Amino acid sequence: MLDDFVTRAIVAGLMVAVVAGPLGAFMVWRRMAYFGDTVSHSALLGVALGFLLGMNLNLLVTLVCVMVAVILVFLQRRQELASDTLLGILAHSALSLGLVAVAFVEGLRVDLMAYLFGDILAVTRGDLVAIAIGGGVALVLLILLWRPLLAITVHEELARVEGVPVLPVRLGLMLLIALVIASAMQVVGVLLITALMIIPAATARRFARTPEQMALFGAGFGVLAVLGGIWGSFTHDTPTGPSIVVAAMLAFVVLNFVPWPGARRRRGP
Amino acid sequence: MFGATRPARSAHGQDGSALIQAEALGLERGGRTILDRVSLSVSGGQVVVVIGPNGAGKTSLLRILLGLWQPSSGRIIRAPRMRIGYMPQHVQVDPILPLSVRRFLTLRHRASEARLREQMRKVGVPQLLDAPIQTLSGGEMQRVLLARALIGEPDLLVLDEPAQGVDVVGQGEVFDLIDRLRRDTGCGVLMVSHELHLVMAAADVVVCINQHVCCTGRPEEVSRHPEYQRLFPDAGAQGIGIYTHNHDHVHDLAGGAKPVSGVSGKADHAR
Repeated sequence: MLDDFVTRAIVAGLMVAVVAGPLGAFMVWRRMAYFGDTVSHSALLGVALGFLLGMNLNLLVTLVCVMVAVILVFLQRRQELASDTLLGILAHSALSLGLVAVAFVEGLRVDLMAYLFGDILAVTRGDLVAIAIGGGVALVLLILLWRPLLAITVHEELARVEGVPVLPVRLGLMLLIALVIASAMQVVGVLLITALMIIPAATARRFARTPEQMALFGAGFGVLAVLGGIWGSFTHDTPTGPSIVVAAMLAFVVLNFVPWPGARRRRGP
Repeated sequence: MFGATRPARSAHGQDGSALIQAEALGLERGGRTILDRVSLSVSGGQVVVVIGPNGAGKTSLLRILLGLWQPSSGRIIRAPRMRIGYMPQHVQVDPILPLSVRRFLTLRHRASEARLREQMRKVGVPQLLDAPIQTLSGGEMQRVLLARALIGEPDLLVLDEPAQGVDVVGQGEVFDLIDRLRRDTGCGVLMVSHELHLVMAAADVVVCINQHVCCTGRPEEVSRHPEYQRLFPDAGAQGIGIYTHNHDHVHDLAGGAKPVSGVSGKADHAR
């Protein structure tokens, strides 16, 4: 069954969507969209390093993303530059550094487009195993961290006084983001990963009454986007990664701006 | 963080030993002295209020006592296994996060349905248990924050400007509530406030700080202290101006200290 490249693409996409949706909810709640973008842009640096050192790409991408995320958190804490300025500098610097680093790797002719926008139809059985491991670890981590993460998202100081170990939880979140980026890179590419996390979660908000519902619905909308995108890509011969994001965007627009019987108003005062 | 079993509350503070004791706390930030040898202590059943002008280091002191910041000098002694209930000054939950009051209350401490209902009844908003937290008014949010601080059965309640963003009548109610809770549960209360008139009425001990401790003692002592009068020159008139509007208020210490003046109405409207 996994012999078919379309089947492999669907399985890979579904595995990524199931963890990207719930994690995306946290990124939306914690206003980390741009943060996620910055970290995912640095993934290309991990790819270049992986080729240079001849090591496992997923592993190095995860490592580089964790490092960049941790550095970002500490830079943000210094507050000498506004957060968006800092992220604006680092997002594009990381991407450019990655592109330059890839060019430096001798004798390497990589298909850059595949890393930037994803190449889900080229997913191998080995890739599936890697995605399953990375995504599985991320999912378990997310479930373990769920309550403390929610507590520090609502009010970090209050959580700290109540005994939540804030620093380990935040580092855990960084590891989570890095793991998901490494897994999702092949599906939608480093430039579009954040979309696969943010858009399904944002779509889910209107239908959710609890944080858990929003996470689950986010996973559901992510699954729909992957299926819709692969189908669209297959029938209309469009690039698969961007097609998945377009499908997610369509769901967001239709479900948020078209009147929907029974949907709850979400605006606070 | 704390174990499941806990000693009877009388083990903490009620016999006069301190729940928390700060000794000569100092804090320097960027070469500036924020706090200079500040000492204070809170025992069970006691309400200690820290007042001071803006920039006096009230919030810094609170953060150090809560363990959020490390002091540059001095030390803090906490009673063993003491539980702190903290009510921050301001909590705003983004509308993008679907969160009911019920979930908010149990983010850290799980609690039975009966206990949740009891806490919400205590703070006077039982009907809001399943409301989305973003729909609460300022005063309702203060009450819910207080309920959350109480869920963990604290030995020490730490309140940062508990009447912030609440209208004048609501302020009186919040302080009444704190006073009642203190008497019901026997917990110690440490609060920071600039609502001098109300604070004076609720406090057992007032600590007036301006980097260092200017004066400390019972409210009526502090209000007569020259250092206090220098820091808050118009505190008396302003305090009474607001206080006269709380006709049903049971505390009369602050009101009794000074005669009602003609500017009271004006002072009230100016706020």
